[in-house]
Amino acid sequence: MSAAIEAPERAIWLAAARDLRLGFRSRAELIQALVFLVLVVSLFPLAIGPESAILKRVAAGVVWVAALLSVLLTLPRLFSADHADGTLEQLVLSPYPLPLIAAGKILAHWLMAGLPLSVIAPLLGLQFGLAGEELVVLTVSLMLGTPILSMIGAIGAALTLGVRGGSILMALLVLPLYIPVLIFGAGAVEQVMASIDYSANLSLLGAGLLFGALASPFAVATALRISLD
Amino acid sequence: MTVPAVASAHRLSVAGLSFSRGRRKLFTDLSWQLDAGEALILRGANGSGKTSLLRVLSGLTAADSGEVKWNDRSWAPLSSAQRATMLYLGHVNAIKDELSAAENLAEALAFDGLQIDAAMQRDALRRVGLADRLDLQARRLSQGQKRRIGLARLALSSKPLWLLDEPTNALDSEGVEIFVELVGKHLEQGGLACIATHLPLVLAGKVRELALGETSA
Repeated sequence: MSAAIEAPERAIWLAAARDLRLGFRSRAELIQALVFLVLVVSLFPLAIGPESAILKRVAAGVVWVAALLSVLLTLPRLFSADHADGTLEQLVLSPYPLPLIAAGKILAHWLMAGLPLSVIAPLLGLQFGLAGEELVVLTVSLMLGTPILSMIGAIGAALTLGVRGGSILMALLVLPLYIPVLIFGAGAVEQVMASIDYSANLSLLGAGLLFGALASPFAVATALRISLD
Repeated sequence: MTVPAVASAHRLSVAGLSFSRGRRKLFTDLSWQLDAGEALILRGANGSGKTSLLRVLSGLTAADSGEVKWNDRSWAPLSSAQRATMLYLGHVNAIKDELSAAENLAEALAFDGLQIDAAMQRDALRRVGLADRLDLQARRLSQGQKRRIGLARLALSSKPLWLLDEPTNALDSEGVEIFVELVGKHLEQGGLACIATHLPLVLAGKVRELALGETSA
């Protein structure tokens, strides 16, 4: 009748599929975050001027900072919509393990925010005069780094759930934690431009990704339970 | 672990349950027992702690003291045993506006860990009076119609304990009738239900009432 749940790992796919479906039903918000990224990146050549040496010098930093802000923009919705309509309570009360549900939600968030952003980043890099290997490293660093942004961000979003002015508080909480990701991500591109071995930076991002994948679902689950208490 | 008693004879009991919000004591030293086939209706004014008690029973909120027991074994809040045993319907509908009525029900059942085929789900929605609304986006449904999706979920649930917060809010008289019938069937099959409501509600079967709000000294 109410035996333990079979195949608990299904929760990841259930939660990811649910959020992807909801995301595509209201895809305007996803597109807005990408348009925001493109606009922010495009502001820099206008402000700094068309001198290609300077633009190329700042390219990696600009794309990375814009990516970070764009992810930040999409975070408040990660749990707040579910919180407002009562579905978050149902997820917490679901017989499936909450950390796995949280992992599914983080995965869906990355697929809708981080992945498209990583895919259009090379185009933005071209705008700044990056070429060849530099573009590849930029994309790879974003592919490795943006999932970490989703994981850290999910913890922040869960902790500030239901707090008045929560999205600003969340930004203040999350941005300092984004700094290492920014340094390693943008640093990798800097290094390839200076013809230095950049593999250490990418390895560190990869290690952060693995650690985050293991730890963040549990942290998010705990934060959600606290927020709903 | 001891061998569980006969599967059909469940029992929910609370012992010495106290809960306060800020400095206000909502209930103190609450003790009662609910047996298989019984329903408990929680009564009380707004803010008297009906929702809080349901949330404590569901594990969402921790009580200040006391314990909730299922079949005489203590329930740690949100333990997997507890989550597998009960179905909680809050005072908000847990309905996604972007999804249709049928999709909403399918999502809710999937996260309940139930695999029920689509035809049965659609049938349940028809029985709660949503026959011509199955594939309509929920944003176009009225409050009462959204509530009815929850009724369809109850109809397909096999969980022994129902915790329902104002389930008949926004329902018309026909909806209330469907609800009463569902609870009746649930109790007949040995289920238990705790129902918080401020509306008149006449249920068949063994029903007890608990008035909250006058106990705090």
